[in-house]
Amino acid sequence: MMPLTSEWLGVNEKIMNKLKHFFKSFLLWELLVGLKLTGRYLFSKKITVQFPEEETPRSARFRGLLALRRYPNGEERCIACKLCEAVCPALAITIEAEPRADGSRRTTKYEVDFFKCIYCGFCEESCPVDSIVATSQMHYHFEKRGENIFTKEKLLAVGDKYEKEIAANRTKDSAYR
Amino acid sequence: MFDSIFAIIWIFIKIIAIVLPLLLCVAYLTYAERKVIGYMQGRIGPNRVGILGLGQPFADFLKLLCKEIIIPSASNRYLFIIAPILTIAPALAAWSVIPFSQDIVLANVNAGVLFIFAMSSLGVYGVLIAGWASNSKYAFFGALRAAAQTISYEIAMGFALVGVLLAAGSVNLQEIVLAQQGGLWHWYWLPLLPLFVIFWIAGMAETNRAPFDVAEGESEIVAGFHVEYAGMSFAVFFLAEYTSMILISILTVLFFLGGWLSPFEGIPGLQTAFAFVPGFVWLVIKTCFFLLLYLWIRATFPRYRYDQIMRLGWKILIPVALLWVIVVSAAIICKIGPWFS
Repeated sequence: MMPLTSEWLGVNEKIMNKLKHFFKSFLLWELLVGLKLTGRYLFSKKITVQFPEEETPRSARFRGLLALRRYPNGEERCIACKLCEAVCPALAITIEAEPRADGSRRTTKYEVDFFKCIYCGFCEESCPVDSIVATSQMHYHFEKRGENIFTKEKLLAVGDKYEKEIAANRTKDSAYR
Repeated sequence: MFDSIFAIIWIFIKIIAIVLPLLLCVAYLTYAERKVIGYMQGRIGPNRVGILGLGQPFADFLKLLCKEIIIPSASNRYLFIIAPILTIAPALAAWSVIPFSQDIVLANVNAGVLFIFAMSSLGVYGVLIAGWASNSKYAFFGALRAAAQTISYEIAMGFALVGVLLAAGSVNLQEIVLAQQGGLWHWYWLPLLPLFVIFWIAGMAETNRAPFDVAEGESEIVAGFHVEYAGMSFAVFFLAEYTSMILISILTVLFFLGGWLSPFEGIPGLQTAFAFVPGFVWLVIKTCFFLLLYLWIRATFPRYRYDQIMRLGWKILIPVALLWVIVVSAAIICKIGPWFS
Protein backbone atom coordinates (compact mmCIF):
# COMPACT_ATOMS: atom_id res chain seq x y z
CA MET A 1 0.00 0.00 0.00
CA MET A 2 1.20 3.49 -0.85
CA PRO A 3 2.05 5.73 2.11
CA LEU A 4 -0.06 8.88 2.34
CA THR A 5 2.88 11.27 2.09
CA SER A 6 2.49 14.86 1.05
CA GLU A 7 4.40 14.04 -2.14
CA TRP A 8 1.90 11.41 -3.15
CA LEU A 9 -0.98 13.72 -2.37
CA GLY A 10 0.60 16.42 -4.53
CA VAL A 11 0.77 14.14 -7.55
CA ASN A 12 -2.78 13.05 -6.94
CA GLU A 13 -3.92 16.64 -6.87
CA LYS A 14 -2.20 17.32 -10.18
CA ILE A 15 -4.01 14.41 -11.81
CA MET A 16 -7.29 15.51 -10.29
CA ASN A 17 -6.81 19.02 -11.64
CA LYS A 18 -6.02 17.67 -15.07
CA LEU A 19 -9.11 15.49 -15.02
CA LYS A 20 -11.19 18.41 -13.84
CA HIS A 21 -9.83 20.58 -16.63
CA PHE A 22 -10.47 17.82 -19.17
CA PHE A 23 -14.11 17.37 -18.24
CA LYS A 24 -14.69 21.07 -17.84
CA SER A 25 -13.41 21.85 -21.32
CA PHE A 26 -15.26 18.97 -22.97
CA LEU A 27 -18.53 19.85 -21.29
CA LEU A 28 -18.04 23.46 -22.54
CA TRP A 29 -18.41 24.56 -18.92
CA GLU A 30 -16.83 28.02 -19.28
CA LEU A 31 -18.88 28.71 -22.39
CA LEU A 32 -22.11 27.87 -20.58
CA VAL A 33 -21.13 30.22 -17.75
CA GLY A 34 -20.59 32.97 -20.32
CA LEU A 35 -23.93 32.25 -21.98
CA LYS A 36 -25.62 32.40 -18.61
CA LEU A 37 -24.19 35.87 -18.01
CA THR A 38 -25.38 37.31 -21.32
CA GLY A 39 -28.67 35.47 -20.84
CA ARG A 40 -29.16 37.35 -17.60
CA TYR A 41 -28.40 40.64 -19.32
CA LEU A 42 -31.08 39.84 -21.92
CA PHE A 43 -33.70 40.39 -19.22
CA SER A 44 -31.93 43.16 -17.32
CA LYS A 45 -33.11 46.76 -17.27
CA LYS A 46 -32.13 48.67 -20.41
CA ILE A 47 -30.18 51.88 -19.89
CA THR A 48 -30.79 53.45 -23.30
CA VAL A 49 -31.81 57.11 -23.18
CA GLN A 50 -34.29 57.80 -26.03
CA PHE A 51 -32.59 61.01 -27.03
CA PRO A 52 -34.96 63.50 -28.61
CA GLU A 53 -37.69 62.55 -26.13
CA GLU A 54 -35.44 61.94 -23.14
CA GLU A 55 -32.23 63.55 -22.01
CA THR A 56 -29.72 62.77 -19.34
CA PRO A 57 -30.00 65.11 -16.32
CA ARG A 58 -27.95 68.30 -16.53
CA SER A 59 -26.52 70.30 -13.62
CA ALA A 60 -27.86 73.76 -12.77
CA ARG A 61 -24.30 74.94 -13.29
CA PHE A 62 -24.11 73.62 -16.83
CA ARG A 63 -22.51 76.23 -19.10
CA GLY A 64 -24.18 76.18 -22.50
CA LEU A 65 -25.39 78.89 -24.88
CA LEU A 66 -24.87 82.46 -23.59
CA ALA A 67 -27.81 84.84 -23.09
CA LEU A 68 -28.46 88.43 -22.09
CA ARG A 69 -31.13 88.94 -19.41
CA ARG A 70 -33.64 91.71 -18.71
CA TYR A 71 -35.14 93.13 -15.52
CA PRO A 72 -38.75 92.15 -14.85
CA ASN A 73 -39.86 95.57 -16.18
CA GLY A 74 -38.34 94.76 -19.58
CA GLU A 75 -35.26 96.97 -19.25
CA GLU A 76 -32.06 95.22 -20.31
CA ARG A 77 -29.67 94.56 -17.47
CA CYS A 78 -26.41 95.26 -19.31
CA ILE A 79 -24.79 98.58 -18.32
CA ALA A 80 -21.90 98.30 -20.78
CA CYS A 81 -19.18 98.03 -18.11
CA LYS A 82 -17.23 95.82 -20.54
CA LEU A 83 -15.93 93.57 -17.72
CA CYS A 84 -17.01 90.48 -19.67
CA GLU A 85 -15.20 91.70 -22.77
CA ALA A 86 -12.09 92.24 -20.68
CA VAL A 87 -12.17 88.89 -18.89
CA CYS A 88 -13.04 86.76 -21.93
CA PRO A 89 -9.96 84.57 -22.54
CA ALA A 90 -11.02 83.76 -26.09
CA LEU A 91 -11.83 87.36 -27.07
CA ALA A 92 -15.25 86.20 -28.19
CA ILE A 93 -17.18 89.24 -26.91
CA THR A 94 -17.23 92.62 -28.71
CA ILE A 95 -18.95 95.58 -27.07
CA GLU A 96 -19.54 99.15 -28.23
CA ALA A 97 -21.39 101.61 -25.98
CA GLU A 98 -22.66 105.20 -25.74
CA PRO A 99 -25.18 107.05 -23.51
CA ARG A 100 -28.80 106.55 -24.43
CA ALA A 101 -31.31 109.44 -24.83
CA ASP A 102 -32.39 109.08 -21.17
CA GLY A 103 -28.76 109.46 -20.10
CA SER A 104 -28.17 105.81 -19.03
CA ARG A 105 -25.13 104.03 -20.31
CA ARG A 106 -26.07 101.21 -22.70
CA THR A 107 -24.43 99.03 -25.34
CA THR A 108 -25.01 99.80 -29.01
CA LYS A 109 -23.37 96.57 -30.02
CA TYR A 110 -22.94 93.35 -28.03
CA GLU A 111 -21.74 90.41 -30.06
CA VAL A 112 -20.57 86.92 -29.07
CA ASP A 113 -18.74 84.77 -31.58
CA PHE A 114 -19.70 81.19 -30.67
CA PHE A 115 -16.85 79.79 -32.71
CA LYS A 116 -14.45 81.53 -30.36
CA CYS A 117 -16.40 81.04 -27.14
CA ILE A 118 -14.95 78.31 -24.94
CA TYR A 119 -17.90 78.26 -22.53
CA CYS A 120 -15.68 79.01 -19.52
CA GLY A 121 -18.36 81.12 -17.84
CA PHE A 122 -15.94 83.92 -16.82
CA CYS A 123 -18.27 86.52 -18.39
CA GLU A 124 -21.12 85.32 -16.19
CA GLU A 125 -18.91 85.54 -13.08
CA SER A 126 -17.58 88.97 -13.93
CA CYS A 127 -20.98 90.51 -14.65
CA PRO A 128 -22.01 92.88 -11.81
CA VAL A 129 -25.70 92.93 -12.84
CA ASP A 130 -26.23 89.26 -13.82
CA SER A 131 -26.82 90.32 -17.39
CA ILE A 132 -24.77 87.84 -19.42
CA VAL A 133 -25.41 84.28 -18.25
CA ALA A 134 -24.72 80.77 -19.47
CA THR A 135 -27.95 78.87 -20.08
CA SER A 136 -28.06 75.07 -19.99
CA GLN A 137 -28.98 74.92 -23.68
CA MET A 138 -26.60 72.67 -25.59
CA HIS A 139 -28.57 71.64 -28.67
CA TYR A 140 -28.11 74.42 -31.19
CA HIS A 141 -26.39 74.69 -34.52
CA PHE A 142 -25.45 77.15 -37.23
CA GLU A 143 -26.52 76.61 -40.81
CA LYS A 144 -24.98 79.60 -42.60
CA ARG A 145 -21.68 81.40 -42.39
CA GLY A 146 -21.98 84.27 -39.93
CA GLU A 147 -24.73 82.69 -37.86
CA ASN A 148 -22.08 81.84 -35.29
CA ILE A 149 -21.92 85.54 -34.32
CA PHE A 150 -24.87 86.30 -32.03
CA THR A 151 -25.97 89.95 -32.01
CA LYS A 152 -27.42 91.72 -29.01
CA GLU A 153 -30.99 91.11 -30.25
CA LYS A 154 -30.34 87.41 -30.62
CA LEU A 155 -28.73 87.13 -27.19
CA LEU A 156 -31.62 89.02 -25.59
CA ALA A 157 -34.07 86.76 -27.44
CA VAL A 158 -32.31 83.70 -26.02
CA GLY A 159 -32.55 85.27 -22.58
CA ASP A 160 -36.26 85.99 -23.01
CA LYS A 161 -36.92 82.46 -24.21
CA TYR A 162 -35.18 80.69 -21.34
CA GLU A 163 -35.68 83.30 -18.57
CA LYS A 164 -37.69 80.89 -16.39
CA GLU A 165 -35.05 78.19 -16.60
CA ILE A 166 -32.19 80.67 -16.06
CA ALA A 167 -33.87 82.11 -12.97
CA ALA A 168 -34.59 78.64 -11.57
CA ASN A 169 -31.00 77.50 -12.13
CA ARG A 170 -29.63 80.65 -10.47
CA THR A 171 -31.84 80.26 -7.38
CA LYS A 172 -30.69 76.65 -7.10
CA ASP A 173 -27.05 77.72 -7.23
CA SER A 174 -27.39 80.98 -5.21
CA ALA A 175 -26.35 79.35 -1.93
CA TYR A 176 -22.91 78.55 -3.38
CA ARG A 177 -22.16 81.89 -5.02
CA MET B 1 -47.21 18.26 -73.24
CA PHE B 2 -49.51 20.48 -71.16
CA ASP B 3 -49.07 18.15 -68.23
CA SER B 4 -45.37 18.77 -68.12
CA ILE B 5 -45.85 22.53 -68.47
CA PHE B 6 -48.30 22.49 -65.57
CA ALA B 7 -45.89 20.40 -63.55
CA ILE B 8 -43.14 22.95 -64.14
CA ILE B 9 -45.42 25.84 -63.21
CA TRP B 10 -46.53 23.97 -60.10
CA ILE B 11 -42.92 23.42 -59.06
CA PHE B 12 -42.25 27.09 -59.71
CA ILE B 13 -45.13 28.09 -57.42
CA LYS B 14 -43.79 25.74 -54.74
CA ILE B 15 -40.34 27.30 -55.02
CA ILE B 16 -41.82 30.76 -54.55
CA ALA B 17 -43.82 29.47 -51.58
CA ILE B 18 -40.54 28.40 -49.98
CA VAL B 19 -38.25 31.25 -51.01
CA LEU B 20 -40.53 34.20 -50.21
CA PRO B 21 -41.22 33.26 -46.57
CA LEU B 22 -37.55 32.38 -46.29
CA LEU B 23 -36.48 35.87 -47.37
CA LEU B 24 -39.00 37.34 -44.93
CA CYS B 25 -37.44 35.20 -42.20
CA VAL B 26 -34.00 36.47 -43.20
CA ALA B 27 -35.24 40.07 -42.97
CA TYR B 28 -36.61 39.52 -39.49
CA LEU B 29 -33.59 37.48 -38.45
CA THR B 30 -31.44 40.58 -39.01
CA TYR B 31 -33.95 42.55 -36.93
CA ALA B 32 -33.96 39.88 -34.22
CA GLU B 33 -30.17 39.85 -34.24
CA ARG B 34 -29.94 43.57 -33.61
CA LYS B 35 -32.63 43.42 -30.95
CA VAL B 36 -31.23 40.40 -29.09
CA ILE B 37 -27.64 41.59 -29.16
CA GLY B 38 -28.82 45.05 -28.11
CA TYR B 39 -30.76 43.62 -25.19
CA MET B 40 -27.77 41.55 -24.11
CA GLN B 41 -25.68 44.73 -24.07
CA GLY B 42 -28.24 46.67 -22.03
CA ARG B 43 -29.50 48.56 -25.10
CA ILE B 44 -32.88 48.33 -26.81
CA GLY B 45 -31.86 48.02 -30.46
CA PRO B 46 -33.73 49.50 -33.42
CA ASN B 47 -37.12 50.95 -32.44
CA ARG B 48 -37.67 53.94 -34.70
CA VAL B 49 -38.89 52.60 -38.05
CA GLY B 50 -42.50 51.50 -37.63
CA ILE B 51 -43.95 49.99 -34.47
CA LEU B 52 -41.11 48.65 -32.30
CA GLY B 53 -38.77 49.18 -35.23
CA LEU B 54 -40.40 46.36 -37.18
CA GLY B 55 -39.95 48.30 -40.42
CA GLN B 56 -36.18 48.43 -39.95
CA PRO B 57 -35.27 45.44 -42.18
CA PHE B 58 -37.25 46.91 -45.06
CA ALA B 59 -35.70 50.32 -44.56
CA ASP B 60 -32.26 48.68 -44.64
CA PHE B 61 -33.19 46.70 -47.72
CA LEU B 62 -34.45 49.80 -49.54
CA LYS B 63 -31.29 51.66 -48.65
CA LEU B 64 -29.11 48.89 -50.06
CA LEU B 65 -31.32 48.66 -53.15
CA CYS B 66 -30.93 52.37 -53.92
CA LYS B 67 -27.18 52.38 -53.49
CA GLU B 68 -24.79 52.31 -56.39
CA ILE B 69 -23.07 49.00 -57.14
CA ILE B 70 -19.41 49.91 -57.34
CA ILE B 71 -17.17 47.68 -59.43
CA PRO B 72 -13.53 48.41 -58.62
CA SER B 73 -11.52 49.08 -61.78
CA ALA B 74 -8.79 46.67 -60.66
CA SER B 75 -11.25 43.82 -60.19
CA ASN B 76 -12.16 41.02 -62.52
CA ARG B 77 -15.63 42.35 -63.24
CA TYR B 78 -17.31 39.14 -64.45
CA LEU B 79 -16.19 37.08 -61.48
CA PHE B 80 -16.89 40.04 -59.22
CA ILE B 81 -20.55 40.01 -60.25
CA ILE B 82 -20.87 36.21 -60.37
CA ALA B 83 -19.47 35.69 -56.85
CA PRO B 84 -22.51 36.85 -54.86
CA ILE B 85 -24.78 34.80 -57.13
CA LEU B 86 -22.57 31.75 -56.53
CA THR B 87 -23.00 32.26 -52.79
CA ILE B 88 -26.76 32.71 -52.72
CA ALA B 89 -27.67 30.02 -55.26
CA PRO B 90 -26.46 26.99 -53.26
CA ALA B 91 -27.77 28.51 -50.02
CA LEU B 92 -31.25 28.64 -51.56
CA ALA B 93 -30.94 25.38 -53.53
CA ALA B 94 -30.34 23.39 -50.35
CA TRP B 95 -33.86 24.29 -49.22
CA SER B 96 -35.40 22.20 -51.97
CA VAL B 97 -34.88 18.94 -50.06
CA ILE B 98 -35.77 20.17 -46.56
CA PRO B 99 -38.90 18.42 -45.26
CA PHE B 100 -41.01 20.95 -43.39
CA SER B 101 -43.44 18.36 -42.17
CA GLN B 102 -44.46 14.75 -42.73
CA ASP B 103 -45.54 15.50 -46.30
CA ILE B 104 -44.45 19.07 -47.09
CA VAL B 105 -41.26 18.81 -49.10
CA LEU B 106 -40.38 20.16 -52.53
CA ALA B 107 -38.16 17.26 -53.58
CA ASN B 108 -38.05 14.11 -51.52
CA VAL B 109 -34.59 13.14 -52.73
CA ASN B 110 -33.22 9.84 -51.50
CA ALA B 111 -29.72 11.23 -51.04
CA GLY B 112 -30.99 14.44 -49.42
CA VAL B 113 -28.21 14.63 -46.86
CA LEU B 114 -25.54 14.36 -49.53
CA PHE B 115 -27.27 17.04 -51.62
CA ILE B 116 -27.40 19.43 -48.67
CA PHE B 117 -23.81 18.71 -47.76
CA ALA B 118 -22.73 19.41 -51.35
CA MET B 119 -24.73 22.63 -51.50
CA SER B 120 -23.52 24.02 -48.19
CA SER B 121 -19.94 23.32 -49.30
CA LEU B 122 -20.42 25.02 -52.66
CA GLY B 123 -21.11 28.31 -50.92
CA VAL B 124 -17.44 28.76 -50.13
CA TYR B 125 -16.62 29.09 -53.84
CA GLY B 126 -18.61 32.30 -53.96
CA VAL B 127 -16.61 33.64 -51.04
CA LEU B 128 -13.31 32.55 -52.57
CA ILE B 129 -14.12 34.06 -55.96
CA ALA B 130 -15.37 37.27 -54.36
CA GLY B 131 -12.12 37.62 -52.44
CA TRP B 132 -9.97 36.91 -55.46
CA ALA B 133 -11.95 38.97 -57.99
CA SER B 134 -11.98 42.06 -55.74
CA ASN B 135 -8.21 42.37 -56.17
CA SER B 136 -7.84 43.81 -52.70
CA LYS B 137 -5.59 42.56 -49.90
CA TYR B 138 -8.28 42.48 -47.25
CA ALA B 139 -10.77 40.69 -49.45
CA PHE B 140 -8.11 38.16 -50.43
CA PHE B 141 -7.14 37.52 -46.80
CA GLY B 142 -10.78 37.02 -45.91
CA ALA B 143 -11.27 34.58 -48.77
CA LEU B 144 -8.18 32.57 -47.80
CA ARG B 145 -9.31 32.35 -44.22
CA ALA B 146 -12.83 31.37 -45.23
CA ALA B 147 -11.53 28.63 -47.50
CA ALA B 148 -9.18 27.15 -44.89
CA GLN B 149 -11.84 27.29 -42.20
CA THR B 150 -14.63 25.80 -44.28
CA ILE B 151 -12.46 22.93 -45.51
CA SER B 152 -11.37 22.09 -41.96
CA TYR B 153 -14.83 22.18 -40.44
CA GLU B 154 -16.49 20.35 -43.30
CA ILE B 155 -14.66 17.20 -42.22
CA ALA B 156 -15.91 17.41 -38.64
CA MET B 157 -19.39 18.19 -39.92
CA GLY B 158 -19.22 15.22 -42.29
CA PHE B 159 -18.24 12.85 -39.49
CA ALA B 160 -21.06 14.18 -37.33
CA LEU B 161 -23.41 13.37 -40.18
CA VAL B 162 -21.92 9.90 -40.56
CA GLY B 163 -23.07 9.22 -37.01
CA VAL B 164 -26.60 10.33 -37.87
CA LEU B 165 -26.64 8.25 -41.04
CA LEU B 166 -25.45 5.19 -39.12
CA ALA B 167 -28.11 5.65 -36.49
CA ALA B 168 -30.96 6.31 -38.92
CA GLY B 169 -29.80 3.87 -41.59
CA SER B 170 -30.82 6.29 -44.32
CA VAL B 171 -29.68 9.37 -46.21
CA ASN B 172 -33.23 10.55 -46.82
CA LEU B 173 -34.04 13.48 -44.57
CA GLN B 174 -37.62 12.38 -43.97
CA GLU B 175 -36.56 8.88 -43.00
CA ILE B 176 -33.92 10.32 -40.64
CA VAL B 177 -36.60 12.29 -38.83
CA LEU B 178 -39.03 9.38 -38.74
CA ALA B 179 -36.29 7.15 -37.32
CA GLN B 180 -36.30 9.41 -34.25
CA GLN B 181 -39.97 8.81 -33.50
CA GLY B 182 -40.95 8.01 -29.92
CA GLY B 183 -40.49 11.19 -27.90
CA LEU B 184 -37.87 13.50 -26.50
CA TRP B 185 -35.51 10.71 -25.38
CA HIS B 186 -35.59 8.98 -28.73
CA TRP B 187 -34.28 11.96 -30.63
CA TYR B 188 -30.65 11.68 -31.64
CA TRP B 189 -29.39 14.54 -29.51
CA LEU B 190 -29.07 12.12 -26.59
CA PRO B 191 -27.23 9.11 -28.05
CA LEU B 192 -25.25 11.37 -30.42
CA LEU B 193 -24.67 14.22 -27.96
CA PRO B 194 -21.00 14.83 -28.88
CA LEU B 195 -21.87 14.71 -32.58
CA PHE B 196 -24.78 17.09 -31.98
CA VAL B 197 -22.45 19.64 -30.35
CA ILE B 198 -19.79 19.11 -33.02
CA PHE B 199 -22.34 19.53 -35.81
CA TRP B 200 -23.56 22.77 -34.28
CA ILE B 201 -20.05 24.16 -33.78
CA ALA B 202 -19.00 23.15 -37.28
CA GLY B 203 -22.21 24.65 -38.62
CA MET B 204 -21.39 27.95 -37.01
CA ALA B 205 -17.91 27.82 -38.51
CA GLU B 206 -19.36 26.85 -41.89
CA THR B 207 -21.62 29.91 -41.97
CA ASN B 208 -18.71 32.16 -40.93
CA ARG B 209 -20.59 33.38 -37.88
CA ALA B 210 -19.19 34.62 -34.59
CA PRO B 211 -17.06 33.37 -32.91
CA PHE B 212 -15.72 31.86 -36.15
CA ASP B 213 -16.08 35.01 -38.27
CA VAL B 214 -12.39 35.53 -39.03
CA ALA B 215 -13.31 35.57 -42.73
CA GLU B 216 -14.91 38.96 -42.25
CA GLY B 217 -13.25 39.97 -38.96
CA GLU B 218 -14.13 43.66 -38.83
CA SER B 219 -11.34 44.63 -36.47
CA GLU B 220 -8.44 43.23 -38.46
CA ILE B 221 -9.43 42.90 -42.13
CA VAL B 222 -12.24 45.48 -42.36
CA ALA B 223 -14.99 43.23 -43.75
CA GLY B 224 -13.00 40.39 -45.28
CA PHE B 225 -14.15 39.00 -48.59
CA HIS B 226 -16.91 41.57 -49.17
CA VAL B 227 -15.03 44.84 -48.50
CA GLU B 228 -15.30 45.92 -52.11
CA TYR B 229 -19.00 45.14 -52.46
CA ALA B 230 -21.67 47.80 -52.14
CA GLY B 231 -25.42 48.07 -52.57
CA MET B 232 -27.32 45.05 -53.83
CA SER B 233 -24.22 42.93 -54.49
CA PHE B 234 -23.39 43.26 -50.80
CA ALA B 235 -26.99 42.59 -49.82
CA VAL B 236 -26.86 39.28 -51.69
CA PHE B 237 -23.88 38.14 -49.59
CA PHE B 238 -25.76 39.23 -46.52
CA LEU B 239 -28.82 37.30 -47.63
CA ALA B 240 -26.76 34.19 -48.32
CA GLU B 241 -25.18 34.32 -44.87
CA TYR B 242 -28.50 34.52 -43.09
CA THR B 243 -30.12 31.92 -45.33
CA SER B 244 -27.33 29.49 -44.46
CA MET B 245 -27.79 30.31 -40.80
CA ILE B 246 -31.44 29.30 -40.97
CA LEU B 247 -30.47 26.25 -43.02
CA ILE B 248 -27.93 25.05 -40.46
CA SER B 249 -30.44 25.60 -37.66
CA ILE B 250 -33.17 23.64 -39.40
CA LEU B 251 -30.68 20.87 -40.28
CA THR B 252 -29.61 20.56 -36.66
CA VAL B 253 -33.27 20.22 -35.73
CA LEU B 254 -33.90 17.61 -38.43
CA PHE B 255 -30.83 15.53 -37.61
CA PHE B 256 -30.77 15.71 -33.84
CA LEU B 257 -34.01 17.10 -32.46
CA GLY B 258 -36.63 15.11 -34.28
CA GLY B 259 -37.59 17.69 -36.89
CA TRP B 260 -41.34 18.17 -36.91
CA LEU B 261 -41.98 15.52 -34.23
CA SER B 262 -43.76 16.67 -31.09
CA PRO B 263 -41.59 16.77 -27.94
CA PHE B 264 -44.54 15.40 -25.94
CA GLU B 265 -44.69 12.15 -27.85
CA GLY B 266 -44.93 9.17 -25.55
CA ILE B 267 -45.88 11.22 -22.49
CA PRO B 268 -49.42 10.21 -21.50
CA GLY B 269 -51.80 13.15 -21.24
CA LEU B 270 -49.54 15.74 -22.81
CA GLN B 271 -49.32 13.79 -26.05
CA THR B 272 -53.05 14.02 -26.68
CA ALA B 273 -53.26 17.57 -25.27
CA PHE B 274 -50.76 18.82 -27.84
CA ALA B 275 -51.83 16.52 -30.67
CA PHE B 276 -53.58 19.42 -32.45
CA VAL B 277 -50.31 21.32 -32.99
CA PRO B 278 -49.14 20.72 -36.57
CA GLY B 279 -45.64 19.34 -36.98
CA PHE B 280 -44.55 22.42 -38.90
CA VAL B 281 -45.03 24.55 -35.77
CA TRP B 282 -42.74 22.30 -33.73
CA LEU B 283 -40.13 22.53 -36.47
CA VAL B 284 -40.33 26.34 -36.45
CA ILE B 285 -40.13 26.55 -32.66
CA LYS B 286 -37.07 24.31 -32.53
CA THR B 287 -35.40 26.17 -35.41
CA CYS B 288 -36.05 29.51 -33.72
CA PHE B 289 -34.30 28.24 -30.62
CA PHE B 290 -31.16 27.51 -32.63
CA LEU B 291 -31.34 30.85 -34.39
CA LEU B 292 -31.53 32.49 -30.99
CA LEU B 293 -28.53 30.42 -29.95
CA TYR B 294 -26.64 31.79 -32.96
CA LEU B 295 -27.31 35.36 -31.81
CA TRP B 296 -26.74 34.52 -28.18
CA ILE B 297 -23.34 33.04 -28.96
CA ARG B 298 -22.46 36.05 -31.10
CA ALA B 299 -23.31 38.37 -28.22
CA THR B 300 -21.24 36.32 -25.77
CA PHE B 301 -17.97 35.09 -27.22
CA PRO B 302 -15.00 36.96 -28.67
CA ARG B 303 -13.67 35.97 -32.08
CA TYR B 304 -11.32 32.98 -32.23
CA ARG B 305 -7.77 33.55 -33.33
CA TYR B 306 -7.03 31.88 -36.67
CA ASP B 307 -4.68 29.23 -35.25
CA GLN B 308 -7.13 28.48 -32.46
CA ILE B 309 -9.82 27.79 -35.05
CA MET B 310 -7.52 25.36 -36.83
CA ARG B 311 -6.55 23.67 -33.56
CA LEU B 312 -10.16 23.26 -32.48
CA GLY B 313 -11.18 21.87 -35.86
CA TRP B 314 -8.36 19.42 -36.49
CA LYS B 315 -7.21 18.40 -33.03
CA ILE B 316 -10.46 18.30 -31.11
CA LEU B 317 -13.62 18.16 -33.22
CA ILE B 318 -12.41 15.64 -35.80
CA PRO B 319 -10.92 13.12 -33.31
CA VAL B 320 -13.95 13.35 -31.02
CA ALA B 321 -16.33 12.93 -33.94
CA LEU B 322 -14.35 9.92 -35.20
CA LEU B 323 -14.38 8.37 -31.74
CA TRP B 324 -18.10 8.81 -31.39
CA VAL B 325 -18.75 7.34 -34.83
CA ILE B 326 -17.00 4.22 -33.55
CA VAL B 327 -19.04 4.28 -30.35
CA VAL B 328 -22.27 4.65 -32.32
CA SER B 329 -21.30 1.80 -34.64
CA ALA B 330 -20.61 -0.42 -31.64
CA ALA B 331 -23.92 0.60 -30.07
CA ILE B 332 -25.75 -0.31 -33.25
CA ILE B 333 -24.09 -3.70 -33.50
CA CYS B 334 -24.92 -4.40 -29.85
CA LYS B 335 -28.46 -3.08 -30.44
CA ILE B 336 -28.41 -0.76 -27.43
CA GLY B 337 -31.98 0.45 -26.98
CA PRO B 338 -34.16 2.46 -27.18
CA TRP B 339 -32.40 4.10 -30.12
CA PHE B 340 -30.73 1.29 -31.97
CA SER B 341 -32.90 -1.73 -31.18
